[in-house]
Amino acid sequence: MILRGKTHMFGDNIDTDVIIPARYLTTIDPEELAKNCMEDIDPTFSGRVQQGDIMVAGYNFGCGSSREHAPIAIKGSGVSCVIARSFARIFYRNAINIGLPILECDDILDEMHAGDELEVDLSKGTILNKTTGRTYASEPFPEFMRQIIAAGGEIAYIKNKLRK
Amino acid sequence: MAMTMTQKILAAHAGKDSVKAGELITARLDLVLGNDITSPLAISEFEKIGAGKVFDNEKIALVPDHFCPNKDIKSAQQAKDVREFAKKYAIKNYFEVGQMGIEHALLPEKGLVTAGDVVIGADSHTCTYGALGAFSTGIGSTDMAAGMATGELWFKVPDAIKVILTGKPAKKVSGKDVILHLIGLIGVDGARYMSLEFTGDGIDALSMDDRFTIANMAIEAGAKNGIFPVDGKTLEYINAHSTKPHTVYAADTDAPYAQVVEIDLASLDYTVACPHLPSNTKTVKNLGDIKIDQVVIGSCTNGRIEDLRAAAEIMKGKKIAGGVRCIVFPATQKIYLQAIAEGLIQTMVEFGAAVSTPTCGPCLGGHMGILAKGEKCVATTNRNFIGRMGHIESEVYLASPAVAAASAITGKISAPEEVSK
Repeated sequence: MILRGKTHMFGDNIDTDVIIPARYLTTIDPEELAKNCMEDIDPTFSGRVQQGDIMVAGYNFGCGSSREHAPIAIKGSGVSCVIARSFARIFYRNAINIGLPILECDDILDEMHAGDELEVDLSKGTILNKTTGRTYASEPFPEFMRQIIAAGGEIAYIKNKLRK
Repeated sequence: MAMTMTQKILAAHAGKDSVKAGELITARLDLVLGNDITSPLAISEFEKIGAGKVFDNEKIALVPDHFCPNKDIKSAQQAKDVREFAKKYAIKNYFEVGQMGIEHALLPEKGLVTAGDVVIGADSHTCTYGALGAFSTGIGSTDMAAGMATGELWFKVPDAIKVILTGKPAKKVSGKDVILHLIGLIGVDGARYMSLEFTGDGIDALSMDDRFTIANMAIEAGAKNGIFPVDGKTLEYINAHSTKPHTVYAADTDAPYAQVVEIDLASLDYTVACPHLPSNTKTVKNLGDIKIDQVVIGSCTNGRIEDLRAAAEIMKGKKIAGGVRCIVFPATQKIYLQAIAEGLIQTMVEFGAAVSTPTCGPCLGGHMGILAKGEKCVATTNRNFIGRMGHIESEVYLASPAVAAASAITGKISAPEEVSK
């Protein structure tokens, strides 16, 4: 699967409170959550983000609260993929479980700028910056997680398992 | 093969003789927890699975504590959805407003978690129960749904950092100072994907409430779980609260650790985490003058009886500083009652504090103490991220109950000794 989109750049330790502040956790509707996504660090984000865009960030993306509303808000914004130097573990699980593609890549911030055009090959885990021509390799997912992703998320995976 | 304490618990729950770091396993769950914010999403996902029933209606706990007592119409609806789900599936451990408490103080008190358990909770501070020698970790709503349907969940077996505690804390230095100091040392992702395994003779000097506070904030260092060995104090607590059978696991002496950190408790001073990360720590001594507008004492981190005692002891016979608001949240109804019985609530009200029913409310900027633009708050809670307790230009300083109480008297962040002179 190939994803194409423009980058939105974020720093280290982007916590789930800034991804979706608790005051908006009175709904589970992805479109509603998307309206306030990233609001506390970038109030213009929800107005600028386009379908397919890609978030690029530093270390420990998604730290803090376990709220699954965070990856849901990102996915609801139309973001096709999040690439970070590393992810906090609960966010990592949640993203896989809800089918938001995420990639871990240590050198992703090198020669990367906001608005660059990226092409991500999810099956190979490769990232091409079409604006600069530079390519990046991400950490491959373990086989078990690939099965969850292939099933379309954890719920579909469990349904398949219970059926057997 | 030598294993850490966490690895032994996971191996036993996966039906394996041994596991090693990095291995993917499926483990049996002893308890699945959710609250009024995370459960509605879990309920929606659970119904999609179509299991028709929960794996065990006695091994699920639902606690409406975040936006409860209901803060607005939307939260009232979410709380109602959880209540109706509990009724539909005959969930035994649903705790209504008036009988509830903040989940991570409530579950140990109700005896629902014991040593050797594997517990998942759709709340990041589920790691609190490591104080009891259980493996417990925060997960999202979909994992909660999967757990409720199947009674098991996949885990990546974590590596561990061994934290050796030695000595005895001086003055009114508490568990909060210990964990803030540790997070300051290793950073907010210092233990990412790992266990924090506490050990050493310094643990003897830590009460159960101190240990709950320390394990509670393991997530603030990115840890999957924080865990304490089971000793006489743990068993005394467990026997007083739980009738569930327990199993005591201990790390092998040659267990593999990715890192070892040593902390001499006697060397610690009152520690505060400055905005906007829990790792941004300084001692009160090196903080300079930080004037405050609000003090919050409570939460799953520091709303237990010893926390209230520590605060009340400092407040006794004193008055709150002009221009400062102090809000106290006992973590459970039982703690509230005990605080009344001991006269702590009277001391606090006479001091000029507002005392609330248990709720997570202000800790996550929900209700009952939101900060305005530019306001500063010293809180015994667990996070000081941008906008965590209100306006994005408000500031949260994390501290112990003793420091919070002293600060309420002086109107600036202060050590307890500054007000006891």
